[in-house]
Amino acid sequence: MEQILSPEDARLVDGLRVGDEAAFAAVMREYGAGMLRVAQMYVSSRAVAEEVVQEAWLGVLKGIGRFEGRSSLKTWLFRIVANTAKTRGIREARSLPFSALGEGSPDEPAVDPDRFLGEGERFPGHWSAPPQSWAPEGKLLAQETLTVIEREIERLPPVQAAVITMRDVQGFSSEEVCNALDLSETNQRVLLHRARSRVRRALEEYLT
Amino acid sequence: MRLARELACRDIVELVTAYLEDGLSAADRERFEEHLVFCDGCDRYLEQMRLTITATNHVPVEDFPPELEQSLLEAFRGWRS
Repeated sequence: MEQILSPEDARLVDGLRVGDEAAFAAVMREYGAGMLRVAQMYVSSRAVAEEVVQEAWLGVLKGIGRFEGRSSLKTWLFRIVANTAKTRGIREARSLPFSALGEGSPDEPAVDPDRFLGEGERFPGHWSAPPQSWAPEGKLLAQETLTVIEREIERLPPVQAAVITMRDVQGFSSEEVCNALDLSETNQRVLLHRARSRVRRALEEYLT
Repeated sequence: MRLARELACRDIVELVTAYLEDGLSAADRERFEEHLVFCDGCDRYLEQMRLTITATNHVPVEDFPPELEQSLLEAFRGWRS
């Protein structure tokens, strides 16, 4: 199943192979922060995550000559980071099992249960406090609002933070996230759902 | 995923992502959309999830720490030579 790299990826891969610093800078600008975020999923501190990214980068340089483009460049980069971080987490016996790393409790609801009618009511499970309309769209994209979102993402469990960052900030497809992080489609969707639901709650608080 | 009975709003808010990601069966999708027709609260909720995604799309990609970039760049230069 040969895949052909996008022209942009092919250009970057060629650049990295010949040691072009502009290609290096382009890759870091685009994916550096995301790589750190993924590393933080598996290790306990930011400092260790930075070491992981350095180690992963050496792996990238070692492997770039043999990179065949069966996946996109970004999927390949993030797989290397994720695998390096996992190995590091296991080696240091510092990481918690993946499932304990803050996927949240399995039934953590998207919306506070108090906002729905109880079982004794005529329409149990229907809104008792439905969402109110938000401030006009101009405010939605204002710098301050975006800061509210950034802060909420910072507060998410690391796996959720990585998934929403890759999907909604960096624009990865769900398939790319599943490949890079070794998640099932369902698992990825659950993590994304929790993360987006939390961000919506933060926006609701800010915008109503 | 196959949904058993009539959907309550409490169920809808948990299905929004599956709906937006095209993860519901045709029948469940129809059920979901039927609920929205008569429920303003859920209609607004779905709209707010869409707005949440749009706004998150506009969050700038975080800066990469300059010291880390510098040390990766050095590794890159060292590897090339």
